[in-house]
Amino acid sequence: MDPLSTSQIALRILAQFLPVWIALVALFVVSIRYKRRLGLYGKLFDSTIGMIGFGLVMFWVFTGVFGAMDLIVTHDPLAQLSGMKNKKPGTPLPSPEEGEYAWYLLGGDNLARDVFSRMVKGAWIVVQIAPLATLFAFMVGITLGLPAGYYGGRLDTVLSFLANLILAFPVILLFYLLVTPEIVATGVPQYMAVVLFVFPLVFFGVLIHSRYRAQPQRNRTMLAVVLVPLFLAYMSLINTPGSKIDFWPLDVFDVPGGILVVFVSVVFVNAPTVFRIVRGLAMDIKTRDYVAAAQTRGEGPWYIMLWEILPNARGPLIVDFCLRIGYTTILLGTLGFFGLGLPPESPDWGSTINEGRKLLSIYLHPALPPAFALLSLVLGLNLLADGLREESLRD
Amino acid sequence: MGSFILRRVGVMLLTAICLTFIVFCLTNLYPNLEKLAKTQGNFRMSDEAVASWLDNNGYGGPMLVKYGEWLGVLPGWTRETEDGLDGRCIRAAAEGADPARFCGVIQGYWGYSTVFREEVGEIVAKRLGLTGILMFWVLVLMVPSALLIGVMAGMKEGSVLDRSLSTVSILTTATPEYVSGVIFIAVFTSSTVGLKWFKGTATSAMENPTFENFFLPVLTISLYGMGYIARMTRASMAEVMTAQYIRTARLKGVSFPNIVVKHALRNALIAPFTVIMLQVPWLLNGVVIVETLFNYKGFGWTLVQAAGNNDIELLLGVSVVSVFVVLLTQLISDVGYVYLNPRIRIS
Repeated sequence: MDPLSTSQIALRILAQFLPVWIALVALFVVSIRYKRRLGLYGKLFDSTIGMIGFGLVMFWVFTGVFGAMDLIVTHDPLAQLSGMKNKKPGTPLPSPEEGEYAWYLLGGDNLARDVFSRMVKGAWIVVQIAPLATLFAFMVGITLGLPAGYYGGRLDTVLSFLANLILAFPVILLFYLLVTPEIVATGVPQYMAVVLFVFPLVFFGVLIHSRYRAQPQRNRTMLAVVLVPLFLAYMSLINTPGSKIDFWPLDVFDVPGGILVVFVSVVFVNAPTVFRIVRGLAMDIKTRDYVAAAQTRGEGPWYIMLWEILPNARGPLIVDFCLRIGYTTILLGTLGFFGLGLPPESPDWGSTINEGRKLLSIYLHPALPPAFALLSLVLGLNLLADGLREESLRD
Repeated sequence: MGSFILRRVGVMLLTAICLTFIVFCLTNLYPNLEKLAKTQGNFRMSDEAVASWLDNNGYGGPMLVKYGEWLGVLPGWTRETEDGLDGRCIRAAAEGADPARFCGVIQGYWGYSTVFREEVGEIVAKRLGLTGILMFWVLVLMVPSALLIGVMAGMKEGSVLDRSLSTVSILTTATPEYVSGVIFIAVFTSSTVGLKWFKGTATSAMENPTFENFFLPVLTISLYGMGYIARMTRASMAEVMTAQYIRTARLKGVSFPNIVVKHALRNALIAPFTVIMLQVPWLLNGVVIVETLFNYKGFGWTLVQAAGNNDIELLLGVSVVSVFVVLLTQLISDVGYVYLNPRIRIS
C-alpha cells in the first residue's frame, strides 16, 4: 500500500472524529434552539467568542469520552508495531491484519506506537482529572474562604498566612517534593489526600444542615442521602491496599497510586488561589443589604455564607472555574513533561510532548499533535471563560 | 510607611522560616536519606549499615535539631572518631582553619552537593548568574511589549484593534512554555521545516549569548507571561479611559494621542506594576521548563538535576533561593503599590 497524501490524512482524521462531529452538532442545535430557557449557559450562545471556546472544549470532552469507549482510536495506544518506529504521518502498516486500521494517521513515535491514538487517549486523562481536581480545589477554597472573608479577624489572618505560604512555593519545586517515589512511599501525599478530600463532605454537610436546621426530620434524611455515598466514596478514594492507609473493608474502587498523587498535588496548588478569590468576594458581599437583612432575621452565619453570599458570588466563580480547569490542564502537562507521577508509558499529553521533544530536530510529528491538542483545549477554556464573563456582566 | 514595611518584612521572614522548614522536612524524610546513604556508601547496604552511616554523617537525630544546625542557629554536630574529631563544622571549615561553632545557611555554609561535587553556595551563585541573564532579557522583551499591547487594546474598548490584540493575548496565556517552546523549535530550528533561523539549544549561550542561540528561550518564557500582563493593562487602561477627567480632556479638545500618553497612561500603569512583580514567581516556573527544554544550564536546570538525583543539600539551597526570590518580589510589589498609589499612601 502507498503512503497517504496530506489531504488524504486530513480527510481520514476528520472521518475518524465522526462521532465527535455528530455529538457536537447535536449539542449545538439543541442548545441554540432552547437558549432562551437555559439561563447563563444559553446566553453563552449569544457571543461568538464564547461559542468558539465552548465548541473547542466540547470537542475535546467528546473526544476523550468516545476515545475511552474505543470509538475514535485506530490502534492500541500502548501497542508497538515493528517497522513503524518514527515513521512519517500516513505510513501504511507493513503487514496489517484483518480488521486492523491500515495506516498510522499521524505517524509512529520512537517506540513505534500510533501518535494519533495516543493523542486521543491523552484527552481522556485530561478530561477525567482536570475538572474533578478543579472542583475539589473549589470545595476546599470555598469552605475555607467564606469564613475567612465573613468573620475576618484572627481566623482570616491564620488562613491567609497558610494560603500565602503555599503560594510562595514555586509550583515545580512543590511537585518535585511531593511526587517523587520516595515521598510517595512515606505516605505524605496520602495523608494530604485524607485532609483535602474531606472538604467536600464538610461542604455538603454544612450546606444541608444550615438550610434544614429547623426541620430535623428532613434534615436527617437529606444528610443521610448525601453524606453516606460521599463518605463511602471518600473512604474508597483514600484507602489503597498495600499503602499506609489500608484498613477500610468496603473498598469499592481503587485509584492508581500515581493518579492519586497527581490529583492531590494539583488540588493542593490550586486551592489557595481559589481561597483568596472567595475570601475577597465574601468580604465584598457581606456588606450588602440582603446580608444585613438575613442577620436581622436571625439566620446563622453558615446559612448566610452558603445560601446568601455564595450564590451571589457565582458569576466570578464560574468564570474562574473555567480558567482554572485550563490552568490545571497546563499543570498536568507540566507534571508529564517532567515525568512526574504518571507512569512513563501513559499517553497523557505532557509525557508525550516530553518524549517527542528529544528527537525534535529530526522528527516533528510525535511532539506536535499533543502540543496542539493541549493548546487548543486551554485556548477553548480561556475563550469560554471570556465569553461567560462578558455575558454575566451584561445582566 | 516605615511600620508597614517593617511588618511586611517580619511576615516575610516568618514565611521564609516556615517554608524552609517544610522543604527541609520533605527532603530529609527517611526514604530520601536511605537512598542518599546507598548512593554514597554502596547499594547493598543492610538496614543497620544505613542507620549507622546516617548517624556518622549527622543525619540522625530529631528533625528540629537538624534544621537548627542547617540554619546555623544551633551548634553543628560533632563526634569522636578514631582519626580525631569529626563534625559538620569541621568538614565545612577550610583546610587548616579553626572550625566555627555554628555553621549554617546564615553563616554562609550551604553544604556540599553530592552530584556536582562542589560547594552548594558556589553552584547556586554561578547558576543564578546565568539565569539572571536570561531573566533580564525576558523582562526587557516581555514588559514593554505587554504594556504596549495592553495600552493599545485598552484605549478604544471594543474596537477591531482591541478585539484582535485581546485574542492574541488570550492565545499566549493558553500556550504553556513546553508547548510554545516545542513549536518554536520545530518551526525555526529543525531540518524538516528547513527555516533554521535559530539554534535549538541554548547551551552555547552560557558563554556567549547571541541573538541566534538565545532569542528562542527568551521568547518562549516571555510569551506566556505577556498575555496576562497585557490583559491586566488593558483592563486598567479601559477603566481609566472612562474616567471623568479623560472626558473633560476630550471636551477641552486635547488630541487623542496626547490624552493617552499624558493623561491616561500614568494612572493606568499602577495595576500592571503589581502584576508584573507577581509574575516573577511564574517566570521562575517558566525558567525551569525552558532551561530543561533548551538545555541551558542555569538555576532551573540545577533544580531539576538536584531533585532528580536526590541531592538533598543542593535542593535545599535552590529552594531557599527560589522561596526568597518569590517573597522578595511580593514585598516589592506590596510596597511599590502603596508607594505608587497616592490614594492608599496618604490615608
